[in-house]
Amino acid sequence: MPDAPESRRPEAIEIAGGGPSSLADPAGLLPTVQGAAVELPDTVLAETTVLAQTSEAPSPARPGRRRLVLLRRPRVLVPLVLVLLICVIALAPGLFAGWFGHGDPRVCDLIKSGASPEAGHPFGFDIQGCDLYANVVYGTRASLLIALLVTGAALVLSVVLGALAGYYRGWVDAVISRLMDVFFGFPALVGMIILLNTITARNVVTVSAVLALFSWPPLTRIARASVLSTSSLEYVTAAKEMGASTLRILIRHVVPNSMGPLAAVLSLTVGGIITAEAGLTFLGVGLKAPTISWGVQLNIAQRYFTTELHLLIFPSLFLSVTVLAWVLLGDALRDYLDPRAKG
Amino acid sequence: MLWRYVLRRIGAMIPVLLGTTFLIFLAVYALPGDPVQAIAGPGQPIPPAVAAAIRAKYHLDDPLIVQYLQYMRRLVTGDFGTDLNGRSVGDLIAASWPVTMKLALTAWVGGGLIGVVLGTLSGIRSGGVVDTGTLAVTTVLLGVPYFVIAYVVKVLFAVKWGLLPPSGVSDGWPLSYVLPGGVLAVFLVPEIARLTRASVMDNLRSDFVDTAVAKGLDRRTVVVRHVLRTSLVPVVSVLGYSLGYLLSGSVLIEGIFNMPGLGFAIFQGIAQHNGATVVGIGTLMILVFLLLNLLVDLLYGVLDPRIRLA
Repeated sequence: MPDAPESRRPEAIEIAGGGPSSLADPAGLLPTVQGAAVELPDTVLAETTVLAQTSEAPSPARPGRRRLVLLRRPRVLVPLVLVLLICVIALAPGLFAGWFGHGDPRVCDLIKSGASPEAGHPFGFDIQGCDLYANVVYGTRASLLIALLVTGAALVLSVVLGALAGYYRGWVDAVISRLMDVFFGFPALVGMIILLNTITARNVVTVSAVLALFSWPPLTRIARASVLSTSSLEYVTAAKEMGASTLRILIRHVVPNSMGPLAAVLSLTVGGIITAEAGLTFLGVGLKAPTISWGVQLNIAQRYFTTELHLLIFPSLFLSVTVLAWVLLGDALRDYLDPRAKG
Repeated sequence: MLWRYVLRRIGAMIPVLLGTTFLIFLAVYALPGDPVQAIAGPGQPIPPAVAAAIRAKYHLDDPLIVQYLQYMRRLVTGDFGTDLNGRSVGDLIAASWPVTMKLALTAWVGGGLIGVVLGTLSGIRSGGVVDTGTLAVTTVLLGVPYFVIAYVVKVLFAVKWGLLPPSGVSDGWPLSYVLPGGVLAVFLVPEIARLTRASVMDNLRSDFVDTAVAKGLDRRTVVVRHVLRTSLVPVVSVLGYSLGYLLSGSVLIEGIFNMPGLGFAIFQGIAQHNGATVVGIGTLMILVFLLLNLLVDLLYGVLDPRIRLA
């Protein structure tokens, strides 16, 4: 008799159970994810403490409470705290860069070019003789800014296109779906390399634009599927019967109730974009040198990787932890919020 | 009607293929940068008559849509055109195709096997050592960017321990392909392992397993004959789609490991504004990608008799 593995499934059902299904009531979900990027950590922590004082099992019928319950799960809380910390570093890198007394990434001494770590310079020096720790800390900003810009743009595009395709169906759906097929059939990285290679002014804005161009199709596919199933529900029919305008039905009923499956994927998207940007910059078609970014640091480091390994290790470490935090957060949110998406 | 299904799918491919090739064409030709100048080398003076002759030879002055249609007409006959150095793109593809194919297949077979084995072991003993270990490793692999992994393995296996060549293909298969193939497989293993695990766990709970156990079959037979076969249906589909991704992912790996494959060629084509090379290789990749997806959907029906194609 094979042992019946229980896995993580019961938790997921517990979340979805009680109230309406996660799809039918995700109105409360999106603020969690969106808020994660902007809310200050103490606000969230305060919410958590308040929650910890309330009863062990808050009524699942109240969506606001149910959303907060997520914060008590370590699989959500740990990456969330990391993500918030990374956001704070990106907002105010000066607070962290000066910890060892050399907080200015532009103060360099060529004599120290590529030197190993020493007192006051825990990560050593880069090829220009600048403090590597300060540079890595300041590098957070470019990565995160691009990732959030791209994810935001892709989200707007995918919600609009997904709502149009899923609600109107017919030829609108056909056009949007074929367009998505084109992008899915296209090796995205090759496309991005071709485009970026033709752009001479490569900065945060242009790199973000190219990344966004290739980031909307996966999100749109999810949005479309979700809108398709939502718009055949009774309350949408009811709204139609009551004579609500199409725009009102879309904005008030269909879109908010279709956002659930998107919420968790957004966090995964942020992680993916950070990797993609660093990868493109690493290949030499992304951001350029005076910009302080992990990709630029790694691009330079690859030339010296046999001798100055620390140049490669420290930016990689920050990059990996950042990506991991977003991916883990997205993974956990997806498991808890959208149990059907598993496997 | 299997063949009608195949025909319809091939018919549906045509607009996708046209759209993607046109996009590449647009990106390569319509954006700034002068191919004639690229042949001469940046900053070199070109006599106007020579420039005009080159432009005429490659039809660079025709409207984009005319260039595109002419290109597609030749492509149907299997002619990938000539690049700006006068070399046949077909020859270039023939020369670099084996490297990319070997690299992608190494990663695909190796990564697929590792993923399925780890996923199955994790699934039948969820919460066990293999399961926990696999979960931890795949999670880390999902987070760490591929080029970081590429350099870590290069430093460890090639520089520090000297076990494998750090770059190039001069040692042939398998030696030269182990490191790059391994890095490429990192794209595949976490997804396959997780999918297999979830699928196996799902099927272990189903009625046909209870029936098989009630018939008195031993555990190994139940797992291999009943659970695995059903569990592999979604895995095969993801494996099929991922071969296409691995082929395009090899573009990056070839750059890092200095392998003269399609990715290497497309990079050079981009740098030299060699439109024919980029469009040719891009088109080929997309065509392979679409055909693989069709093949996977057909395999579906063979593996799982419950699925009927219509």
